[in-house]
Amino acid sequence: MMEPGLYHILFISAALFFIGVYGFLTRRNLITMLMSIELILNSVNLNFIAFNKYLWPGKLDGLFFTLFIIAIAAAEAAVAIAIIINLYRSHQSIDVENAEDLKY
Amino acid sequence: MPNATIIALIPLLPLAGFLLLGLFGRKIFKNSSGLIGTALLLTSTILALYTAYEYFFVYGKVDGVYQQFIPLKLTWLEFSPGLSIDMGMAVDSISVMMLVVVTFISLMVHIYSLGYMKGEERFPTYYAFLGLFTFSMLGLVLSCNIFQIYIFWELVGVSSFLLIGFYYDKPSAVAASKKAFIVTRFADLGFLIGILILSNSSGTLDFNTMIATLTSPDSDAVKTATASSFLGASALTWGAALVFIGGAGKSAMFPLHIWLPDAMEGPTPVSALIHAATMVVAGVYLVARLFPVFAITVPAVLEIVGWVGAVSAIIAAIIACTQTDIKRVLAYSTMSQIGYMMFALGVSKYGGEGGLGYTASMFHLFTHAMFKALLFLGAGAVIHYVHSNDMNDMGGLRKYLPVTHITFLIACLAIAGVPPFAGFFSKEEILLAAYQNNMAIYWIALITSGLTAFYMFRLYFSIFWNKQPEVHGDKHGEGGFVMMLPLVLLAVGAAAAGFIPFGEFVSTDGKALESHFHLRFSVAPVALGLAGILTALWLYKKQNEKPVRLASSLGGLYKAAYHKFYIDEIYLFITRKVLFNLIGKPAAWFDRNVVDGLINLTGNTTQAVSEGIKKIQSGKVQQYAIYFLSGVIILAVLFIYVWR
Repeated sequence: MMEPGLYHILFISAALFFIGVYGFLTRRNLITMLMSIELILNSVNLNFIAFNKYLWPGKLDGLFFTLFIIAIAAAEAAVAIAIIINLYRSHQSIDVENAEDLKY
Repeated sequence: MPNATIIALIPLLPLAGFLLLGLFGRKIFKNSSGLIGTALLLTSTILALYTAYEYFFVYGKVDGVYQQFIPLKLTWLEFSPGLSIDMGMAVDSISVMMLVVVTFISLMVHIYSLGYMKGEERFPTYYAFLGLFTFSMLGLVLSCNIFQIYIFWELVGVSSFLLIGFYYDKPSAVAASKKAFIVTRFADLGFLIGILILSNSSGTLDFNTMIATLTSPDSDAVKTATASSFLGASALTWGAALVFIGGAGKSAMFPLHIWLPDAMEGPTPVSALIHAATMVVAGVYLVARLFPVFAITVPAVLEIVGWVGAVSAIIAAIIACTQTDIKRVLAYSTMSQIGYMMFALGVSKYGGEGGLGYTASMFHLFTHAMFKALLFLGAGAVIHYVHSNDMNDMGGLRKYLPVTHITFLIACLAIAGVPPFAGFFSKEEILLAAYQNNMAIYWIALITSGLTAFYMFRLYFSIFWNKQPEVHGDKHGEGGFVMMLPLVLLAVGAAAAGFIPFGEFVSTDGKALESHFHLRFSVAPVALGLAGILTALWLYKKQNEKPVRLASSLGGLYKAAYHKFYIDEIYLFITRKVLFNLIGKPAAWFDRNVVDGLINLTGNTTQAVSEGIKKIQSGKVQQYAIYFLSGVIILAVLFIYVWR
C-alpha cells in the first residue's frame, strides 16, 4: 500500500476547506454554520501538520500552531454557542435569516 | 495747556447718559430720564464753554497764531510705526467752535424735548439715543486721526438711523431711516477708500502728519502719489475726491441729498439737532479738517467741492419754494445752506487773506446752527399745536403762538440775510469770498440768497398769517416753559451771533483775519433778500389765488421743482431698472444656478452613490462571507499570478 504523500493530504485539506465554505454559505441553521467553520479550521490544521511533517520534519512549530488553533476553536465554539442561545431567546429561532435585523 | 480731563469729559458725559438710560432707563429712570440726560448735557455744555473761553482767550494763541493742541492721544491699534489708529483729542479753533455748537444745540434740544416728547412711551430710549448721538458727534469733532473720525462718522450715522426710525411703527419712518442709512453708507464707502488712498500715499493716519506730508510738494510721498494716475487723475486727487464724496453724503450734497428730506420723519427736535445743526455739517467739517491738503495739493478737487456746493445750494432753494410740508421746506433749506458752506470752502485758498472763504464757511456753520435749530424747534411747536406737517393746514397762528411767532420771525430774518441778524454777516463773508475768487459761483449764490428769503417768508406767512385759523379743539398753547426757553435762547443766538468777530478766532492758518465789511458790497444781497421777502408778502400774506396762478403760469418748471426735479425717480430708475436688471438679476441667476448648482451637484452625487452602495450592508451574514471570500480569492489570484 502506498504511503500517502503531501499532495494527498493537501487534497483532503482543500476538499474539507471548500466543503466548509460551501456549508457556511448555504446553510441557514446557525449550528450547521458553526460546524462548517469547524471544518474550515480543521482543514487549516491539516495543512499545518502536513507542511510540518513533509517540509521541516525536525521542527514542531506546525504542531504548536495546530494546538493553538484547536484551543481557539474550542473557545470560539463556546462563544458562538452562547451567541446562538441568546439569539434563540430573543428571536425564537436560530435561522440566520432571522438575524438580519442585527445590522441596525 | 488744555486740561485733558475736562475736554475728555465733554463727550464722555453724554456717553454715560446713553449707557445709564439705555441700560436702566426703562425700569429705573422711567420718569427722570429726561432730566438726567439734560443735566449731564448741561454739565458738558458748561465744560465746553469753559474750554472755549480758555482756548480762545487764555492759552490758545501763541505769538498771535492759534495753535493746535493734542492733550490726549492713545494708540489704539498699531499697524507699523507711524501707521496707527489713535484715539485722541485735537483741540484747535474749529474743533473748539464745534464743541460749543454741538453741546449748545444738543442742550437746547434736550430741554425742548422734555416738553415735546412728554408722554412718549419710549421717552428714556429717546434720551439714550440723543446721548449716543451727542457723544459720537463730539468724538467726531475732537478726532485727531482720520480713522478715528471715520469710526465716529459711522456712529453718528447709526444714531441718526436710530432717531429717524424712532417711530418704528410708522412704515414711512422705517423706510426713511433705511434710506438715510443706505445713502450715507454708500457715500462712506467712498470715504473709506479715500482714507486708504490718502494714508497709503502719506504713510500715516494721523491728521497732522498726513497734512504735513501731503502739503509739502517736494516730499517723496507727494511725488509718488502724483506720478501714479488712474483714469487721468492722480492718486491724491482720487483720494481727496473720494473723501469728499463721504462728506457730501453726510452733508446731503447734490446728488446724494435724497435722504435728507425723508429724514424729517424723525421727531422734530431730532431734525433740529441732527439734520439741521450738527451731523449734516460733518461733511463741511471734514473738508475743513483736511483743508490744507485740498487747498495746496489738490486744488482741482476743491474746485469740485465749490461747484457741488453751489449746485446743491441753488437746486435745494428752488425745490424749497414749492414744497408744502414745512419740515421738508426746512430740510431743503438746510441743504441749500450747507451748499453755501461747501462752496465757501471751495472758493477759499490756504493762508492769509485768501482764506476768507474758510473762515466764512465756519462762521456760517456757526450761525446756521443757531437759526436753523431755532426754525426746526419753532416748526416743532407749530406741528405740536396743529398736529400736521402740511402748510395748508396752518395759517393765522400768530395770535395763538406769540413766542413761536416772534422767534420764528427772527430766525427767518437771520436766514434771509437781513441785517443785523446773524445770517447777514456770515452770508456776506461767503459772498465776498465767492466774489473774489469765482464770479460764476457768486452769481449762483446771489440768486440763491434771494430765493432763500422768498421761501422762508413763504413759510412764515403761510404759517402765521394767510387764512384765518380753524378753531383748534385743544387749546394746549405753546407747550410750556421748557419749549419756550430754547426758542428764546436760540433767538438771542440767531440775532446776536453775527457780531462775533469770527475772523479773529477761526482762519486757515490760525492768524487773525480782518473782517471785511463793505457797505456797498452788501447792497445787492440785501436788496435781493428784501425783494424775496416782499414777493412772499405779496403772494402769501392773505389767502388768495395768486400763488396758484403763478404756479400754473410757470408750468413745467414748477412741476419739476414740486417733484424735486425727479431725482428720487432717477435714483429709483437707476437702481430698480438698470442695476437690478443688468447686475442684480444676472448675479442672482449665477448664484442660483451655477454656485448653488455646484453645491447641489456634490450633495446629489453623494446621495446617489450612497444610495447605490447601501445595499451592500444587508445584514445577511452569508452575503458578507461571500464578499470576504471573493476578496480573498481575488487577492490570492493576484498574489499568485500577478505580483509574484
